[in-house]
Amino acid sequence: MTDSKYFTTTKKGEIFELKAELNSDKKEKKKEAVKKVIASMTVGKDVSALFPDVVNCMQTDNLELKKLVYLYLMNYAKSQPDMAIMAVNTFVKDCEDPNPLIRALAVRTMGCIRVDKITEYLCEPLRKCLKDEDPYVRKTAAVCVAKLHDINAQLVEDQGFLDTLKDLISDSNPMVVANAVAALSEIAESHPSSNLLDLNPQSINKLLTALNECTEWGQIFILDCLANYMPKDDREAQSICERVTPRLSHANSAVVLSAVKVLMKFMEMLSKDLDYYGTLLKKLAPPLVTLLSAEPELQYVALRNINLIVQKRPEILKHEMKVFFVKYNDPIYVKLEKLDIMIRLASQANIAQVLAELKEYATEVDVDFVRKAVRAIGRCAIKVEQSAERCVSTLLDLIQTKVNYVVQEAIVVIKDIFRKYPNKYESVIATLCENLDSLDEPEARAAMIWIVGEYAERIDNADELLESFLEGFHDESTQVQLQLLTAIVKLFLKKPTETQELVQQVLSLATQDSDNPDLRDRGYIYWRLLSTDPVAAKEVVLAEKPLISEETDLIEPTLLDELICYIGTLASVYHKPPSAFVEGSRGVVHKSLPPRTGSSESAESPDAAPSAGQAAEQPAVIPAQGDLLGDLLNLDLGPPVSGPPLAASSVQMGAVDLLGGGLDSLMGGSGFTAPGPAAPAAMGAPLGSGLGDLFDLTGGVGTLSGSYVAPKTVWLPAMKAKGLEISGTFSRQVGSICMDLVLTNKALQVMSDFAIQFNRNSFGLAPAAPLQVHAPLAPNQSVEISLPLNTVGSVMKMDPLNNLQVAVKNNIDVFYFSTLYPLHILFVEDGKMERQMFLATWKDIPNENEAQFQIKDCSLNADAVSSKLQGSNIFTIAKRNVEGQDMLYQSLKLTNGIWVLAELRIQPSNPSFTLSLKCRAPEVSQYVYQAYDAILKN
Amino acid sequence: MIHSLFLINASGDIFLEKHWKSVVSRSVCDYFFEAQERASEAENVPPVISTPHHYLLSVYRHKIFFVAVIQTEVPPLFVIEFLHRVVDTFQDYFGVCSEVMIKDNVVVVYEVLEEMLDNGFPLATESNILKELIKPPTILRTVVNTITGSTNVGDQLPTGQLSVVPWRRTGVKYTNNEAYFDVIEEIDAIIDKSGSTITAEIQGVIDACVKLTGMPDLTLSFMNPRLLDDVSFHPCVRFKRWESERILSFIPPDGNFRLLSYHVSAQNLVAIPVYVKHNINFRDSSSLGRFEITVGPKQTMGKTVEGVMVTSQMPKGVLNMSLTPSQGTHIFDPVTKLLTWDVGKINPQKLPSLKGSMNLQAGTSKPDENPTINLQFKIQQLAISGLKVNRLDMYGEKYKPFKGIKYMTKAGKFQVRT
Repeated sequence: MTDSKYFTTTKKGEIFELKAELNSDKKEKKKEAVKKVIASMTVGKDVSALFPDVVNCMQTDNLELKKLVYLYLMNYAKSQPDMAIMAVNTFVKDCEDPNPLIRALAVRTMGCIRVDKITEYLCEPLRKCLKDEDPYVRKTAAVCVAKLHDINAQLVEDQGFLDTLKDLISDSNPMVVANAVAALSEIAESHPSSNLLDLNPQSINKLLTALNECTEWGQIFILDCLANYMPKDDREAQSICERVTPRLSHANSAVVLSAVKVLMKFMEMLSKDLDYYGTLLKKLAPPLVTLLSAEPELQYVALRNINLIVQKRPEILKHEMKVFFVKYNDPIYVKLEKLDIMIRLASQANIAQVLAELKEYATEVDVDFVRKAVRAIGRCAIKVEQSAERCVSTLLDLIQTKVNYVVQEAIVVIKDIFRKYPNKYESVIATLCENLDSLDEPEARAAMIWIVGEYAERIDNADELLESFLEGFHDESTQVQLQLLTAIVKLFLKKPTETQELVQQVLSLATQDSDNPDLRDRGYIYWRLLSTDPVAAKEVVLAEKPLISEETDLIEPTLLDELICYIGTLASVYHKPPSAFVEGSRGVVHKSLPPRTGSSESAESPDAAPSAGQAAEQPAVIPAQGDLLGDLLNLDLGPPVSGPPLAASSVQMGAVDLLGGGLDSLMGGSGFTAPGPAAPAAMGAPLGSGLGDLFDLTGGVGTLSGSYVAPKTVWLPAMKAKGLEISGTFSRQVGSICMDLVLTNKALQVMSDFAIQFNRNSFGLAPAAPLQVHAPLAPNQSVEISLPLNTVGSVMKMDPLNNLQVAVKNNIDVFYFSTLYPLHILFVEDGKMERQMFLATWKDIPNENEAQFQIKDCSLNADAVSSKLQGSNIFTIAKRNVEGQDMLYQSLKLTNGIWVLAELRIQPSNPSFTLSLKCRAPEVSQYVYQAYDAILKN
Repeated sequence: MIHSLFLINASGDIFLEKHWKSVVSRSVCDYFFEAQERASEAENVPPVISTPHHYLLSVYRHKIFFVAVIQTEVPPLFVIEFLHRVVDTFQDYFGVCSEVMIKDNVVVVYEVLEEMLDNGFPLATESNILKELIKPPTILRTVVNTITGSTNVGDQLPTGQLSVVPWRRTGVKYTNNEAYFDVIEEIDAIIDKSGSTITAEIQGVIDACVKLTGMPDLTLSFMNPRLLDDVSFHPCVRFKRWESERILSFIPPDGNFRLLSYHVSAQNLVAIPVYVKHNINFRDSSSLGRFEITVGPKQTMGKTVEGVMVTSQMPKGVLNMSLTPSQGTHIFDPVTKLLTWDVGKINPQKLPSLKGSMNLQAGTSKPDENPTINLQFKIQQLAISGLKVNRLDMYGEKYKPFKGIKYMTKAGKFQVRT
């Protein structure tokens, strides 16, 4: 007798049969029939036609039958809203049942029925259940508020359920507290600006008490909530840490990781001299190691988080290298993460062990893993100088194995080692050259060509080698073609006598036969350089290259700090802030680590002065883009803008140069004096069409002239408001939004008792202070008022988005009007995005979110445009020139945290600008465009 | 919170779906199938997959994918832990967790899932509470239910649900009062070619089976509690007492549960109870290779090593193997290239060995990778870390319980590179 029998009826009249059984008089038959219905439902069959019959079975004292019917209702009520009303009465009755199990079940099920009409009936029972004497009912009701909020947020607010929920945080039962916190957190997530979980030392204390007694899941909710609290000083931080530490020994890994998050965050506030700081550091290591002995899925999430922790505080796990050693039957996603962390932990002390391991991995079966292991050896060489020699010899050993993909990877990393330690390991070149023929991947070919070109003077047959590549020039990928061009030019500059023919051949191939603009451009530059001023050419092409940095894949420090606040969340798995991937409609509040309050070390601690210390480091850091281990060379940061592929400028010097000096080895960078008349400035422009100069721009700093303010217009004519005329405009000054009003009394009587109120609106605009009209307004008198606004009011999406409905009251009457506010009053001052972030975000936003607009009749030049926009908090991140057009890349941020990225194309001859906007919430684009238009034309 | 759950079998059929909020179309699983196709083996499907509107978090156990759908930022470990809990519950309810079993008990499964989550929030995940709410199916009960028309849904609020000891119900009664504790240690180790230990660590657990009447309060103390510096406890253990006195004090759940798990890290010296001598040779020129392994005891504290099983994934180039074991049985699967040798007990006087030759694919160069040997074994009455229970006391009840403690050491992920 198993449930599989419920699946066996496959006859024609299945539904008909079930209907008959459901209406049977026999209880047993009824129950069996409902079971059959549920069974069909679980496998995705549509049994909604039986709705009325199933609902009829609801009034029963058999609990199992009731539960089954409830299960059915939850699934199908939405498709049969009118029928669902039939069930309401039973629900209301069940909410009064003496058995708490039934009361809870009823309120729980009602919340799951996502039908508007039912929600109205839900309010009263829910209110009662929230105050029920039985904690089981209260905790169920708490979750029900979250459900209801999801269906109808307005209703929940109007009914005051949020306040009741807040009260439950002080409930005597820890489970109720935990569920209330969970419900509030979920509601708060869809209401980023609201202050639902406003935490103070008292409520924190209650949470910490409940933490010890509630279920493991409740502990997760409470810990995540605690992590959002900002302790007022280091003493408070320490006392919270002390009470959270026992959670590190919990069997549930999610509890452990949430506790780690709280500790990592609050640790920031503790002085490093404190004994407790050291104790805490020691306590963090064992639980993290234990996470690695769990199931592989848990290990994966733990490893992604450990990756962040190791970057932030390497001291925690520096002695635990061995636990990251790879077992051959680990799933591949665990292997790759372990490898990444191994390299981060590699130091002089453990490098011998690490190398031995990596060498072992390089003989494994999985190709992806082997490749990364080989690259990892290269990264060790670059990171730990003392080990470089051993790494190189390990790589040579691997090349001897002749396994094709191993050889190719090895050559790619050896190129990087040459860059890092010039003139040290060139003796291995001969071995590399032996493997020239086996290279079939573009990256490896390009790396090999680079090596041959760079050391052309030491390789006797360099010309032959390069010539052999030239034969199939057209079949090579762009990467290889560009590299070959440069390498041959290098060769020519080093051995001009015998290679003239070769260089001519490659230049003509590049400039005449190729249809790749990058290749052509580069060919022409070399050609002109070589023909007009060979000395300059030598200085340009053979210029000293900047050294590559040690760690090429660290997460940028500000992002890392933000991610530390998100330990244990999806953000920590993706290594991206939630704003980069959580759906755009919900604004996300950026989190930041608390500042250290310890007095002894405010000046020298890099953590305490993040802006100064870290800004200087930044150029050496390349942001993480997916898995960077594989991207050592091929850093793909390019946004999908029109223009040549990124490879153009990055291949030659490795990606590092992108940030380092842009086009150094081509143009000589800053160290190179003006190239003389031979390389006129005009040549520089098309050359710079790569992304290089996106980075080179030193950020257009405009004059701070304040935000643009539109002239006042009449909002409320006197005729409509019994003699009161209101005109006004909106402005933004130094971070605060103002509504500038002129009230004019055109009536015959004195007006007084003014007050103002806004309806809910899209961005939560609300008056920050009451409307102050000091004296009564005499007839024909007017008064100017500047009303400060904030954006913490309640939010409702309006149509149009920037519509604001206002009510003004005076002693005569209440008047209503609506007005449109320009969106730029919502552009916040910190709307300047990091360049790397900008590129990553631009790429990340799907193309269908892009909107294009024309700004007509605007005769400003690019610099004027950028300074004008900056006044209104639209920041220019980069500027470049493509075929005579100026392209401005700009970012702005709205008060609710939505980022808008813009590309503004300006043609000198054409007064029309093209504006492309990309945003995760594309509905704002139109209004951003209107703001651009208004700012630029005034 | 957790939106929906899909159960998917090895051939890619969704055989069960459960939604805790609005219904999410099962087409969302297409993204999962894509990832599944890309992964070479089922184990390699990434546990976190993002789709345009949802995130899919999955665990793979008992040849079933448990795929949870979430829409907002939810701690992924929370979801994965919960999924593991679902698997454990099924196993607890039905003995095994398999597609057939789940389909056979689909209504109970559905009821249980509904009880475990409410609107995506965990509701009751402790198995003893669940079992009070929804009784697990047994043949006897099914028969009784059919005859008497009673149900398998409890109509009383589980007593433990809200008390300060939610893991224990009140009114427990036994005629024989017993408490058994099993100290089980698994050694994870990587041994290199030359036989030296690269890394070794011990994962230990103390599993308990407690059948005691009333509300007993137990304390368990160890001879050498210093070994336990990295532990995770069942919620019933009083952490303060452990911190101050290194004594485990707790009111136990009723029945089977895991009291604590601990970890003895790679930094402490871990005794390795067995060694493997190996000689695996692929000769460049000929199509024959030599294969020879011998297993022997190392640091076993005088105990017998039993249940020894050697498995090794041979390189692709190996066509067949002709081997003779000195004891036990061996199988080589020429399709998967998996060599399995069931050794049995190790007799220190006559060490078990497996010798013979390998046939290699003719004309190809010798395989680049040497096989790794995977070892399984068991040692009864020994906790390899040296952990020993000192005494077990009971307070709060008058009767005298029967107490028992067992030790066992097993191989976890024990690998020998050749």
